[in-house]
Amino acid sequence: MQTSFINIENIRNDFPILKRMVHKNKPLVYFDNAATTQKPIQVIEAISNYYLNYNSNIHRAVHELAEEATLAYEATRDKIAKFINVKNREEIIFVRGTTEAINLVAYAWGRQNINKDDIIVTTEYEHHSNIVPWQLLAKEKGAKLEYIGVDDNGELILDHLDAYLKTGKVKIVAFSQMSNVLGTITNSEEIVKRCKAYGVRVLIDGAQSVPHLKVDLQKLDCDFFAFSAHKMLGPTGVGVLWAKKELLQEMVPFNGGGDMIREVHKYETTWNDLPYKFEAGTPNIADVIGFAAALDYLNNIGMDKVREHEMELTKYALDKLSQIKGIVLYGPKDVAKRGGVISFNLGDIHPHDLATIIDEDGIAIRSGHHCAQVLMERLDVSATSRASFYIYNTKEEVDVFIRSLNRAKELFKL
Amino acid sequence: MSSADIYREIILDYYRNPRNYGKIQDPDIAQRDSNPLCGDELEMHLNIKDDKVADVKFTGKGCAISQASASMLTELILGKDFEYVKKLTKEDILDNLGLHDLGPARIKCALLSLKVLKSGLYSYLVDKLHDTASADKIKEESSGLY
Repeated sequence: MQTSFINIENIRNDFPILKRMVHKNKPLVYFDNAATTQKPIQVIEAISNYYLNYNSNIHRAVHELAEEATLAYEATRDKIAKFINVKNREEIIFVRGTTEAINLVAYAWGRQNINKDDIIVTTEYEHHSNIVPWQLLAKEKGAKLEYIGVDDNGELILDHLDAYLKTGKVKIVAFSQMSNVLGTITNSEEIVKRCKAYGVRVLIDGAQSVPHLKVDLQKLDCDFFAFSAHKMLGPTGVGVLWAKKELLQEMVPFNGGGDMIREVHKYETTWNDLPYKFEAGTPNIADVIGFAAALDYLNNIGMDKVREHEMELTKYALDKLSQIKGIVLYGPKDVAKRGGVISFNLGDIHPHDLATIIDEDGIAIRSGHHCAQVLMERLDVSATSRASFYIYNTKEEVDVFIRSLNRAKELFKL
Repeated sequence: MSSADIYREIILDYYRNPRNYGKIQDPDIAQRDSNPLCGDELEMHLNIKDDKVADVKFTGKGCAISQASASMLTELILGKDFEYVKKLTKEDILDNLGLHDLGPARIKCALLSLKVLKSGLYSYLVDKLHDTASADKIKEESSGLY
Protein backbone atom coordinates (compact mmCIF):
# COMPACT_ATOMS: atom_id res chain seq x y z
CA MET A 1 0.00 0.00 0.00
CA GLN A 2 1.49 3.30 -1.05
CA THR A 3 0.16 6.58 -2.24
CA SER A 4 -0.32 6.55 -5.96
CA PHE A 5 1.70 9.64 -6.78
CA ILE A 6 5.31 8.65 -6.29
CA ASN A 7 7.30 5.45 -6.17
CA ILE A 8 8.09 5.33 -2.48
CA GLU A 9 10.13 2.16 -2.65
CA ASN A 10 12.66 3.76 -5.01
CA ILE A 11 12.75 6.90 -2.94
CA ARG A 12 13.30 5.05 0.34
CA ASN A 13 16.24 3.22 -1.19
CA ASP A 14 17.98 6.58 -1.63
CA PHE A 15 17.87 7.24 2.12
CA PRO A 16 20.36 4.96 3.90
CA ILE A 17 19.21 6.09 7.35
CA LEU A 18 15.69 4.71 6.77
CA LYS A 19 17.16 1.21 6.79
CA ARG A 20 18.50 1.47 10.34
CA MET A 21 16.85 0.02 13.38
CA VAL A 22 16.25 1.93 16.59
CA HIS A 23 15.85 0.53 20.10
CA LYS A 24 17.64 -2.61 18.90
CA ASN A 25 15.12 -4.03 16.43
CA LYS A 26 12.47 -1.46 15.58
CA PRO A 27 12.44 -0.06 12.04
CA LEU A 28 12.75 3.70 12.16
CA VAL A 29 9.53 5.61 11.49
CA TYR A 30 10.72 9.15 11.00
CA PHE A 31 7.86 11.60 11.54
CA ASP A 32 9.90 14.63 12.62
CA ASN A 33 10.32 16.17 9.19
CA ALA A 34 9.12 19.63 10.17
CA ALA A 35 12.21 19.81 12.41
CA THR A 36 14.62 18.47 9.80
CA THR A 37 14.34 15.95 6.98
CA GLN A 38 16.60 13.02 6.22
CA LYS A 39 19.17 13.30 3.40
CA PRO A 40 19.30 11.16 0.26
CA ILE A 41 22.58 9.53 -0.72
CA GLN A 42 22.88 12.00 -3.64
CA VAL A 43 23.20 14.91 -1.20
CA ILE A 44 25.66 13.07 1.04
CA GLU A 45 27.78 12.14 -1.99
CA ALA A 46 27.78 15.69 -3.39
CA ILE A 47 29.21 16.92 -0.10
CA SER A 48 31.88 14.20 0.13
CA ASN A 49 32.75 14.67 -3.52
CA TYR A 50 33.56 18.32 -2.86
CA TYR A 51 35.80 17.45 0.09
CA LEU A 52 37.39 14.50 -1.70
CA ASN A 53 38.01 16.10 -5.08
CA TYR A 54 37.85 19.88 -5.26
CA ASN A 55 37.86 21.34 -1.76
CA SER A 56 39.07 24.93 -1.95
CA ASN A 57 37.94 28.44 -1.15
CA ILE A 58 35.76 30.22 -3.67
CA HIS A 59 35.64 33.45 -5.65
CA ARG A 60 39.19 34.81 -5.58
CA ALA A 61 41.81 32.12 -6.18
CA VAL A 62 42.69 31.43 -9.81
CA HIS A 63 43.63 27.75 -9.55
CA GLU A 64 41.55 24.95 -11.01
CA LEU A 65 40.13 23.64 -7.74
CA ALA A 66 38.87 27.08 -6.79
CA GLU A 67 37.24 27.49 -10.17
CA GLU A 68 35.44 24.19 -9.86
CA ALA A 69 34.28 25.02 -6.33
CA THR A 70 33.12 28.51 -7.35
CA LEU A 71 31.17 27.12 -10.29
CA ALA A 72 29.47 24.49 -8.13
CA TYR A 73 28.65 27.01 -5.38
CA GLU A 74 27.20 29.51 -7.84
CA ALA A 75 25.30 26.78 -9.69
CA THR A 76 23.25 26.25 -6.52
CA ARG A 77 22.23 29.91 -6.63
CA ASP A 78 20.91 29.46 -10.17
CA LYS A 79 19.02 26.33 -9.19
CA ILE A 80 17.38 28.12 -6.27
CA ALA A 81 16.39 31.05 -8.50
CA LYS A 82 14.63 28.57 -10.77
CA PHE A 83 13.14 26.54 -7.91
CA ILE A 84 11.34 29.52 -6.35
CA ASN A 85 10.96 31.33 -9.70
CA VAL A 86 12.85 34.57 -9.24
CA LYS A 87 14.33 36.56 -12.11
CA ASN A 88 17.57 37.85 -10.62
CA ARG A 89 20.08 35.37 -9.25
CA GLU A 90 21.86 38.17 -7.35
CA GLU A 91 18.78 38.54 -5.14
CA ILE A 92 19.54 35.12 -3.59
CA ILE A 93 21.67 35.50 -0.45
CA PHE A 94 23.14 32.42 1.25
CA VAL A 95 22.77 32.45 5.02
CA ARG A 96 22.90 29.79 7.75
CA GLY A 97 19.16 29.25 7.81
CA THR A 98 15.76 30.88 8.03
CA THR A 99 16.54 32.28 11.47
CA GLU A 100 19.60 34.12 10.20
CA ALA A 101 17.71 35.38 7.15
CA ILE A 102 14.99 36.97 9.29
CA ASN A 103 17.56 38.42 11.67
CA LEU A 104 19.40 39.87 8.68
CA VAL A 105 16.26 41.68 7.53
CA ALA A 106 15.35 42.86 11.04
CA TYR A 107 18.87 44.21 11.45
CA ALA A 108 19.86 45.52 8.04
CA TRP A 109 16.48 46.68 6.76
CA GLY A 110 14.67 47.15 10.07
CA ARG A 111 17.16 49.48 11.69
CA GLN A 112 17.03 51.83 8.72
CA ASN A 113 13.29 51.76 8.22
CA ILE A 114 11.57 51.22 11.55
CA ASN A 115 11.12 54.25 13.79
CA LYS A 116 9.42 55.12 17.06
CA ASP A 117 5.68 54.28 17.14
CA ASP A 118 5.84 52.35 13.86
CA ILE A 119 4.04 49.01 13.86
CA ILE A 120 5.55 45.66 12.96
CA VAL A 121 2.92 42.96 12.37
CA THR A 122 3.46 39.23 12.80
CA THR A 123 1.05 36.38 13.61
CA GLU A 124 0.13 34.16 16.54
CA TYR A 125 1.33 31.05 14.72
CA GLU A 126 4.89 32.13 14.11
CA HIS A 127 8.00 30.22 15.05
CA HIS A 128 10.11 32.10 17.61
CA SER A 129 12.49 32.98 14.78
CA ASN A 130 9.82 35.23 13.27
CA ILE A 131 8.93 36.85 16.61
CA VAL A 132 12.10 37.43 18.62
CA PRO A 133 14.07 39.41 15.96
CA TRP A 134 11.07 41.77 15.66
CA GLN A 135 10.78 42.08 19.44
CA LEU A 136 14.43 43.08 19.62
CA LEU A 137 13.96 45.62 16.85
CA ALA A 138 10.74 47.02 18.34
CA LYS A 139 12.38 47.45 21.76
CA GLU A 140 15.40 49.16 20.25
CA LYS A 141 13.33 51.58 18.18
CA GLY A 142 10.34 52.11 20.46
CA ALA A 143 8.11 50.54 17.82
CA LYS A 144 5.09 48.31 18.47
CA LEU A 145 4.74 44.63 17.66
CA GLU A 146 1.20 43.44 16.85
CA TYR A 147 -0.18 39.97 16.15
CA ILE A 148 -2.68 38.69 13.61
CA GLY A 149 -4.80 36.24 15.62
CA VAL A 150 -5.58 32.59 14.84
CA ASP A 151 -9.20 31.37 14.68
CA ASP A 152 -10.50 28.07 16.04
CA ASN A 153 -9.88 26.38 12.71
CA GLY A 154 -6.20 27.30 12.94
CA GLU A 155 -6.36 30.02 10.28
CA LEU A 156 -5.30 33.65 10.46
CA ILE A 157 -7.95 36.28 11.16
CA LEU A 158 -7.24 38.73 8.36
CA ASP A 159 -9.61 41.34 9.81
CA HIS A 160 -6.88 41.93 12.40
CA LEU A 161 -4.44 42.75 9.61
CA ASP A 162 -6.88 45.25 8.10
CA ALA A 163 -7.29 47.01 11.44
CA TYR A 164 -3.52 47.39 11.83
CA LEU A 165 -3.07 48.54 8.23
CA LYS A 166 -5.73 51.23 8.68
CA THR A 167 -3.62 52.93 11.37
CA GLY A 168 -1.17 53.88 8.60
CA LYS A 169 1.69 53.03 10.95
CA VAL A 170 2.53 49.51 9.76
CA LYS A 171 5.95 49.23 8.10
CA ILE A 172 6.30 45.49 7.67
CA VAL A 173 4.16 42.36 7.98
CA ALA A 174 6.09 39.14 8.64
CA PHE A 175 4.35 35.76 8.51
CA SER A 176 4.90 32.09 7.88
CA GLN A 177 3.61 30.57 4.65
CA MET A 178 2.88 27.35 6.55
CA SER A 179 2.55 26.98 10.31
CA ASN A 180 5.13 24.59 11.77
CA VAL A 181 2.60 23.47 14.41
CA LEU A 182 -0.85 23.55 12.77
CA GLY A 183 0.27 22.92 9.22
CA THR A 184 -2.05 25.74 8.12
CA ILE A 185 -1.18 27.10 4.69
CA THR A 186 -1.39 30.86 4.91
CA ASN A 187 -3.41 32.77 2.34
CA SER A 188 -0.20 34.58 1.40
CA GLU A 189 -1.36 36.15 -1.87
CA GLU A 190 -4.25 37.82 -0.08
CA ILE A 191 -2.02 39.20 2.69
CA VAL A 192 0.49 40.54 0.17
CA LYS A 193 -2.33 42.16 -1.81
CA ARG A 194 -3.72 43.92 1.25
CA CYS A 195 -0.27 45.09 2.33
CA LYS A 196 0.57 46.43 -1.15
CA ALA A 197 -2.52 48.62 -1.03
CA TYR A 198 -0.91 50.41 1.92
CA GLY A 199 2.66 50.32 0.62
CA VAL A 200 3.66 47.97 3.45
CA ARG A 201 6.62 45.58 3.11
CA VAL A 202 6.06 41.83 3.47
CA LEU A 203 8.43 39.17 4.75
CA ILE A 204 7.45 35.53 4.31
CA ASP A 205 8.95 32.69 6.32
CA GLY A 206 9.00 29.79 3.86
CA ALA A 207 10.82 27.28 6.08
CA GLN A 208 7.81 24.93 6.14
CA SER A 209 6.32 25.75 2.74
CA VAL A 210 9.17 25.59 0.22
CA PRO A 211 9.97 21.93 1.05
CA HIS A 212 6.36 20.85 0.49
CA LEU A 213 4.64 23.17 -1.98
CA LYS A 214 5.43 24.77 -5.29
CA VAL A 215 6.42 28.34 -4.45
CA ASP A 216 6.45 31.05 -7.13
CA LEU A 217 7.92 34.29 -5.84
CA GLN A 218 7.11 36.28 -8.97
CA LYS A 219 3.47 35.41 -8.46
CA LEU A 220 3.64 35.97 -4.72
CA ASP A 221 5.31 39.38 -5.08
CA CYS A 222 6.45 39.74 -1.47
CA ASP A 223 9.56 41.76 -0.51
CA PHE A 224 11.55 39.29 1.58
CA PHE A 225 11.45 35.49 1.61
CA ALA A 226 13.42 33.06 3.79
CA PHE A 227 13.87 29.28 3.94
CA SER A 228 16.30 26.53 5.01
CA ALA A 229 17.97 23.70 3.10
CA HIS A 230 17.85 21.14 5.89
CA LYS A 231 14.05 20.95 5.90
CA MET A 232 14.07 19.94 2.22
CA LEU A 233 16.58 17.07 2.00
CA GLY A 234 19.58 19.42 2.10
CA PRO A 235 22.31 19.81 4.70
CA THR A 236 22.11 21.87 7.89
CA GLY A 237 23.78 25.28 7.98
CA VAL A 238 22.46 26.59 4.66
CA GLY A 239 19.54 28.91 4.21
CA VAL A 240 18.35 31.44 1.71
CA LEU A 241 17.25 35.01 2.00
CA TRP A 242 15.64 36.34 -1.15
CA ALA A 243 14.80 40.03 -1.34
CA LYS A 244 14.00 42.53 -4.04
CA LYS A 245 17.12 44.04 -5.55
CA GLU A 246 16.23 47.66 -4.79
CA LEU A 247 15.81 46.78 -1.10
CA LEU A 248 19.07 44.86 -0.89
CA GLN A 249 20.88 47.73 -2.56
CA GLU A 250 19.63 50.23 0.03
CA MET A 251 20.32 47.97 3.00
CA VAL A 252 23.51 48.16 5.03
CA PRO A 253 25.59 44.97 5.28
CA PHE A 254 24.77 42.54 8.09
CA ASN A 255 28.30 41.22 8.62
CA GLY A 256 31.52 42.99 7.69
CA GLY A 257 34.56 41.07 6.49
CA GLY A 258 36.09 39.37 3.51
CA ASP A 259 34.24 38.85 0.22
CA MET A 260 31.59 41.48 0.96
CA ILE A 261 33.86 44.42 0.03
CA ARG A 262 34.93 46.19 -3.11
CA GLU A 263 37.74 48.29 -1.63
CA VAL A 264 38.89 48.58 1.96
CA HIS A 265 40.88 51.57 3.15
CA LYS A 266 41.84 52.50 6.68
CA TYR A 267 38.62 54.35 7.47
CA GLU A 268 36.32 53.71 4.52
CA THR A 269 35.06 50.65 2.69
CA THR A 270 32.92 50.28 -0.39
CA TRP A 271 30.62 47.27 -0.67
CA ASN A 272 30.78 44.46 -3.15
CA ASP A 273 27.91 43.91 -5.57
CA LEU A 274 24.89 41.79 -4.72
CA PRO A 275 24.69 39.11 -3.49
CA TYR A 276 28.25 39.18 -2.12
CA LYS A 277 27.62 42.33 -0.07
CA PHE A 278 25.67 40.06 2.31
CA GLU A 279 27.97 37.02 2.23
CA ALA A 280 30.92 38.04 4.39
CA GLY A 281 33.62 35.47 5.13
CA THR A 282 34.13 32.00 3.72
CA PRO A 283 30.63 30.62 3.29
CA ASN A 284 29.41 27.08 3.90
CA ILE A 285 30.68 25.92 0.50
CA ALA A 286 30.27 22.16 0.91
CA ASP A 287 26.71 22.37 2.13
CA VAL A 288 25.63 24.92 -0.47
CA ILE A 289 26.92 22.45 -3.07
CA GLY A 290 25.06 19.64 -1.29
CA PHE A 291 21.88 21.70 -1.39
CA ALA A 292 21.96 21.66 -5.20
CA ALA A 293 21.68 17.86 -5.10
CA ALA A 294 18.62 18.19 -2.84
CA LEU A 295 16.99 20.61 -5.29
CA ASP A 296 17.73 18.21 -8.16
CA TYR A 297 16.18 15.40 -6.18
CA LEU A 298 12.96 17.33 -5.52
CA ASN A 299 12.82 18.53 -9.13
CA ASN A 300 13.09 14.96 -10.34
CA ILE A 301 10.07 13.98 -8.29
CA GLY A 302 8.23 17.23 -9.00
CA MET A 303 6.83 19.50 -6.30
CA ASP A 304 3.27 18.83 -7.45
CA LYS A 305 3.83 15.13 -6.77
CA VAL A 306 5.38 15.89 -3.38
CA ARG A 307 2.29 17.87 -2.43
CA GLU A 308 -0.14 15.23 -3.71
CA HIS A 309 1.67 12.50 -1.81
CA GLU A 310 1.62 14.47 1.42
CA MET A 311 -2.05 15.41 1.04
CA GLU A 312 -2.99 11.77 0.62
CA LEU A 313 -0.86 10.69 3.56
CA THR A 314 -2.15 13.51 5.77
CA LYS A 315 -5.77 12.68 4.93
CA TYR A 316 -5.12 9.03 5.73
CA ALA A 317 -3.48 9.93 9.05
CA LEU A 318 -6.17 12.46 10.03
CA ASP A 319 -8.91 9.90 9.33
CA LYS A 320 -7.19 7.27 11.48
CA LEU A 321 -6.25 9.69 14.26
CA SER A 322 -9.73 11.16 14.55
CA GLN A 323 -11.04 7.67 15.34
CA ILE A 324 -8.93 7.49 18.51
CA LYS A 325 -11.06 8.33 21.52
CA GLY A 326 -9.72 11.21 23.59
CA ILE A 327 -7.57 12.76 20.86
CA VAL A 328 -7.57 16.50 20.19
CA LEU A 329 -6.34 17.48 16.71
CA TYR A 330 -5.21 21.03 15.99
CA GLY A 331 -5.31 22.91 12.70
CA PRO A 332 -7.61 22.90 9.65
CA LYS A 333 -9.63 19.75 8.96
CA ASP A 334 -9.43 20.24 5.19
CA VAL A 335 -6.16 18.82 3.79
CA ALA A 336 -6.28 21.36 0.95
CA LYS A 337 -5.67 24.03 3.59
CA ARG A 338 -2.81 22.31 5.40
CA GLY A 339 0.52 20.64 4.90
CA GLY A 340 1.71 17.31 6.29
CA VAL A 341 2.07 18.51 9.87
CA ILE A 342 -0.30 17.15 12.50
CA SER A 343 -0.30 18.45 16.06
CA PHE A 344 -2.40 16.71 18.67
CA ASN A 345 -2.91 15.83 22.32
CA LEU A 346 -4.08 12.47 23.56
CA GLY A 347 -6.11 12.46 26.79
CA ASP A 348 -4.05 13.71 29.70
CA ILE A 349 -0.82 12.15 28.41
CA HIS A 350 1.75 14.90 28.30
CA PRO A 351 3.42 15.11 24.86
CA HIS A 352 6.83 14.30 26.34
CA ASP A 353 5.52 11.15 27.92
CA LEU A 354 3.77 10.22 24.68
CA ALA A 355 6.92 10.81 22.61
CA THR A 356 8.94 8.67 25.04
CA ILE A 357 6.46 5.81 24.79
CA ILE A 358 6.14 5.74 21.01
CA ASP A 359 9.88 6.21 20.55
CA GLU A 360 10.17 2.71 21.99
CA ASP A 361 8.26 1.51 18.92
CA GLY A 362 10.78 3.26 16.68
CA ILE A 363 8.63 6.32 15.98
CA ALA A 364 10.30 9.72 16.03
CA ILE A 365 7.88 12.60 16.61
CA ARG A 366 8.28 16.02 18.20
CA SER A 367 6.80 16.99 21.55
CA GLY A 368 6.80 20.34 23.27
CA HIS A 369 6.07 23.90 22.23
CA HIS A 370 7.78 23.64 18.80
CA CYS A 371 9.35 27.09 19.27
CA ALA A 372 5.85 28.53 19.08
CA GLN A 373 4.98 29.48 22.65
CA VAL A 374 2.73 32.35 21.53
CA LEU A 375 0.59 29.80 19.68
CA MET A 376 0.64 27.40 22.67
CA GLU A 377 -0.84 30.24 24.75
CA ARG A 378 -3.50 30.81 22.10
CA LEU A 379 -4.37 27.09 22.08
CA ASP A 380 -4.24 27.15 25.89
CA VAL A 381 -1.90 24.17 26.09
CA SER A 382 1.65 23.93 27.36
CA ALA A 383 2.69 21.54 24.62
CA THR A 384 1.51 19.35 21.76
CA SER A 385 2.74 16.21 20.04
CA ARG A 386 3.56 16.68 16.37
CA ALA A 387 3.93 14.19 13.54
CA SER A 388 5.19 15.60 10.25
CA PHE A 389 5.60 13.76 6.94
CA TYR A 390 7.77 13.86 3.87
CA ILE A 391 8.22 12.11 0.54
CA TYR A 392 9.54 8.85 2.01
CA ASN A 393 6.77 8.27 4.55
CA THR A 394 4.12 5.60 3.97
CA LYS A 395 0.63 4.64 5.07
CA GLU A 396 2.13 1.53 6.67
CA GLU A 397 4.17 3.81 8.90
CA VAL A 398 1.03 5.72 9.83
CA ASP A 399 -0.51 2.37 10.85
CA VAL A 400 2.49 1.62 13.10
CA PHE A 401 2.08 5.08 14.62
CA ILE A 402 -1.63 4.56 15.32
CA ARG A 403 -0.95 1.18 16.98
CA SER A 404 1.70 2.81 19.13
CA LEU A 405 -0.65 5.59 20.22
CA ASN A 406 -3.11 2.95 21.33
CA ARG A 407 -0.35 1.27 23.34
CA ALA A 408 0.35 4.63 25.04
CA LYS A 409 -3.33 4.89 25.92
CA GLU A 410 -3.18 1.46 27.53
CA LEU A 411 -0.06 2.35 29.53
CA PHE A 412 -1.80 5.47 30.80
CA LYS A 413 -4.96 3.44 31.43
CA LEU A 414 -7.08 5.65 29.20
CA MET B 1 14.30 1.92 30.99
CA SER B 2 11.07 0.91 29.28
CA SER B 3 7.89 2.94 29.36
CA ALA B 4 6.15 0.21 31.31
CA ASP B 5 8.83 0.68 34.02
CA ILE B 6 8.60 4.46 33.95
CA TYR B 7 4.83 4.91 33.87
CA ARG B 8 4.05 2.67 36.80
CA GLU B 9 0.79 3.00 38.73
CA ILE B 10 2.42 5.16 41.38
CA ILE B 11 3.85 7.70 38.94
CA LEU B 12 0.50 8.01 37.15
CA ASP B 13 -1.26 8.36 40.48
CA TYR B 14 0.97 11.22 41.61
CA TYR B 15 0.61 12.82 38.17
CA ARG B 16 -3.17 12.69 38.23
CA ASN B 17 -3.67 13.26 41.96
CA PRO B 18 -0.72 15.38 43.03
CA ARG B 19 -0.21 15.64 46.78
CA ASN B 20 0.65 19.05 48.25
CA TYR B 21 -0.51 20.83 45.11
CA GLY B 22 -1.15 24.53 45.65
CA LYS B 23 0.35 27.69 47.05
CA ILE B 24 1.27 28.99 50.50
CA GLN B 25 0.33 32.55 51.50
CA ASP B 26 3.50 34.56 52.24
CA PRO B 27 5.88 31.62 52.09
CA ASP B 28 9.43 31.81 53.45
CA ILE B 29 10.65 30.36 50.17
CA ALA B 30 9.01 30.83 46.75
CA GLN B 31 10.88 29.58 43.74
CA ARG B 32 9.88 29.08 40.12
CA ASP B 33 11.74 27.58 37.20
CA SER B 34 11.01 26.11 33.80
CA ASN B 35 12.75 23.79 31.41
CA PRO B 36 13.39 25.89 28.32
CA LEU B 37 13.60 22.82 26.11
CA CYS B 38 10.11 21.59 26.81
CA GLY B 39 8.38 24.42 28.64
CA ASP B 40 7.68 22.40 31.80
CA GLU B 41 6.99 24.78 34.68
CA LEU B 42 7.28 24.33 38.40
CA GLU B 43 6.82 26.61 41.40
CA MET B 44 7.53 25.52 44.98
CA HIS B 45 6.57 27.26 48.20
CA LEU B 46 8.04 26.38 51.62
CA ASN B 47 7.67 27.55 55.17
CA ILE B 48 10.56 26.91 57.55
CA LYS B 49 9.91 26.83 61.29
CA ASP B 50 12.32 25.74 64.05
CA ASP B 51 14.77 24.53 61.40
CA LYS B 52 12.16 22.22 59.93
CA VAL B 53 10.02 22.25 56.80
CA ALA B 54 6.72 23.30 58.36
CA ASP B 55 4.81 23.40 55.07
CA VAL B 56 5.49 22.81 51.40
CA LYS B 57 3.35 23.14 48.27
CA PHE B 58 3.91 23.13 44.55
CA THR B 59 2.16 24.11 41.33
CA GLY B 60 3.20 23.35 37.81
CA LYS B 61 2.52 22.15 34.31
CA GLY B 62 4.40 19.36 32.66
CA CYS B 63 4.90 15.71 32.00
CA ALA B 64 4.07 12.86 34.36
CA ILE B 65 7.71 12.50 35.40
CA SER B 66 8.25 16.16 36.32
CA GLN B 67 4.95 16.54 38.15
CA ALA B 68 5.13 13.23 40.02
CA SER B 69 8.71 14.04 40.96
CA ALA B 70 7.68 17.40 42.43
CA SER B 71 4.77 15.95 44.36
CA MET B 72 6.84 13.09 45.77
CA LEU B 73 9.59 15.51 46.72
CA THR B 74 7.15 17.63 48.75
CA GLU B 75 6.11 14.51 50.67
CA LEU B 76 9.72 13.56 51.20
CA ILE B 77 10.70 16.87 52.79
CA LEU B 78 7.58 17.84 54.73
CA GLY B 79 8.45 17.91 58.45
CA LYS B 80 12.11 17.13 57.83
CA ASP B 81 15.09 19.06 59.21
CA PHE B 82 16.30 21.95 57.14
CA GLU B 83 19.79 20.36 57.21
CA TYR B 84 18.43 17.15 55.65
CA VAL B 85 16.77 19.12 52.85
CA LYS B 86 19.98 21.01 52.16
CA LYS B 87 21.81 17.74 51.62
CA LEU B 88 19.35 16.07 49.26
CA THR B 89 21.03 14.69 46.15
CA LYS B 90 20.05 13.70 42.66
CA GLU B 91 20.25 10.04 43.71
CA ASP B 92 17.80 10.65 46.58
CA ILE B 93 15.26 12.02 44.10
CA LEU B 94 15.69 9.19 41.61
CA ASP B 95 15.49 6.62 44.44
CA ASN B 96 12.34 8.26 45.68
CA LEU B 97 10.79 8.04 42.21
CA GLY B 98 12.14 4.57 41.50
CA LEU B 99 13.52 5.86 38.21
CA HIS B 100 17.19 5.13 37.72
CA ASP B 101 17.97 4.67 34.07
CA LEU B 102 16.25 7.63 32.47
CA GLY B 103 17.88 8.90 29.30
CA PRO B 104 19.54 12.32 29.18
CA ALA B 105 16.41 14.02 27.81
CA ARG B 106 14.03 12.72 30.45
CA ILE B 107 16.28 12.92 33.50
CA LYS B 108 15.87 16.70 33.30
CA CYS B 109 12.15 16.19 33.90
CA ALA B 110 12.81 14.13 37.00
CA LEU B 111 15.28 16.63 38.43
CA LEU B 112 13.45 19.89 37.74
CA SER B 113 11.86 19.69 41.20
CA LEU B 114 15.22 19.37 42.95
CA LYS B 115 16.61 22.22 40.89
CA VAL B 116 13.74 24.48 41.94
CA LEU B 117 14.10 23.41 45.59
CA LYS B 118 17.85 24.06 45.63
CA SER B 119 17.47 27.48 43.98
CA GLY B 120 14.86 28.35 46.61
CA LEU B 121 17.15 27.25 49.42
CA TYR B 122 19.96 29.31 47.93
CA SER B 123 17.90 32.51 47.96
CA TYR B 124 16.63 31.75 51.48
CA LEU B 125 20.14 31.21 52.82
CA VAL B 126 21.44 34.41 51.21
CA ASP B 127 18.49 36.74 51.80
CA LYS B 128 17.06 35.55 55.12
CA LEU B 129 19.90 33.74 56.92
CA HIS B 130 22.80 35.68 55.37
CA ASP B 131 24.69 32.39 55.25
CA THR B 132 26.55 32.82 51.96
CA ALA B 133 28.95 29.96 52.67
CA SER B 134 26.14 27.36 52.83
CA ALA B 135 24.40 29.05 49.91
CA ASP B 136 27.48 28.82 47.73
CA LYS B 137 27.83 25.15 48.62
CA ILE B 138 24.26 24.49 47.46
CA LYS B 139 24.82 26.44 44.31
CA GLU B 140 27.91 24.41 43.53
CA GLU B 141 26.14 21.11 44.17
CA SER B 142 23.09 21.99 42.11
CA SER B 143 25.07 23.29 39.16
CA GLY B 144 25.73 19.67 38.25
CA LEU B 145 22.05 18.73 38.28
CA TYR B 146 21.39 19.18 34.59
